[in-house]
Amino acid sequence: MKTCLVVDDSRVIRKVARRILEDIGFEIAEAADGMEALAWCRAAMPDAVLLDWNMPVMNGIDFLRVLREEPGGDRPAVVFCTVENEPARIREALEAGANEYIMKPFDGDIIASKFAEVGLA
Amino acid sequence: MTPADAEMVAQLCAHRAGLKVDPEKAYLMENRLGALARREGYGEVDEMLAALQARREDRLAWAVVEAMTASETTFFRDRTPFELFASEVLPSLAALRMGEPIRVWSAACGAGQEIYSLAMIVDEMRGRLGDTKVELFGSDLSERNLERAQGGRYSQFEIQRGLPIRRLVDHFDKDDEFWTISPRIRQMVRWRRVNLISDLSAAGRFDVIFCRYLLCQLTAEAKPRLLANLARAISPEGFVVLGEGESIQGFSDAFQPVHGRPGLFARNPAFRVAA
Repeated sequence: MKTCLVVDDSRVIRKVARRILEDIGFEIAEAADGMEALAWCRAAMPDAVLLDWNMPVMNGIDFLRVLREEPGGDRPAVVFCTVENEPARIREALEAGANEYIMKPFDGDIIASKFAEVGLA
Repeated sequence: MTPADAEMVAQLCAHRAGLKVDPEKAYLMENRLGALARREGYGEVDEMLAALQARREDRLAWAVVEAMTASETTFFRDRTPFELFASEVLPSLAALRMGEPIRVWSAACGAGQEIYSLAMIVDEMRGRLGDTKVELFGSDLSERNLERAQGGRYSQFEIQRGLPIRRLVDHFDKDDEFWTISPRIRQMVRWRRVNLISDLSAAGRFDVIFCRYLLCQLTAEAKPRLLANLARAISPEGFVVLGEGESIQGFSDAFQPVHGRPGLFARNPAFRVAA
């Protein structure tokens, strides 16, 4: 089974995302910020990461930059999932190594469409 | 809405556009005609239909039919047809054409997602098709759809269904909460109102016709008519693209499925179009 790490400081968002991703066949782990997410990845690299941008301790873009330097850190498909919706921000995420990008609010169709885009659904 | 009203709307749709509308589904009609009734200045759908009965106004009759055609689509719907278009259809036609333009038509284009998806592909393939130009056309029965499509302006929800993020940042500009297709892509497409079951002899010749998920909305009489029309409009070496799982078996021999290429149909050389 493919694994997806859901990284968001909102417990509600994590719960909604978990339900949608479990429905399309992922096993889910959760982290509340970038630092927690990094600890997860160092223990067991997931197949995919659904990643919020604005979080305490370590934000999404900083996490992504560190992740891509880690051993095996180029492997997971990283899908941003954030309220940031300015083109400049999206480009910044892509340059940092994001594979796809979801603008909140999202629904099940959007998540499924984006994970299909990165070849995981 | 009375059963007689529902029957009148269903007949209007079948007669003018070959559209199959179930008169049992009055709630669906109310839903789709409600916005039209308000725009036309009627308090209720019933009032609008009564006026239509009384005055037989052609413009209003078409507006009712067009309102019933509303259907949703997404960018790069089903993905596979677009991958085939880029990897096989365009390159093989370009090799065959030796510089003659390739004409691509999105028939029943709705809000334009399909033809803009094709336009983005063509734009990205620039330089790989030699001197061959690709001309893109979008048509719809509904003027309102055409207006929307020409505007190329989509909500955040619409641009997140099927459109890869790279293509969003490459081909769209953001204004407020909406995303608008770039002028470069928009200018690649020409538009026309076309009723696909009426006479298409003036429409011209096309090398690729995307006509997806329309057959299933048509009456039994309209289906073979649509396919005969498409057969008349397609060039001898061209392709028609139907929706996933759509079949023409049993009601038309105008086209043959292309083996191993789901959704792709080629003109049946044995098929004769009645003059």
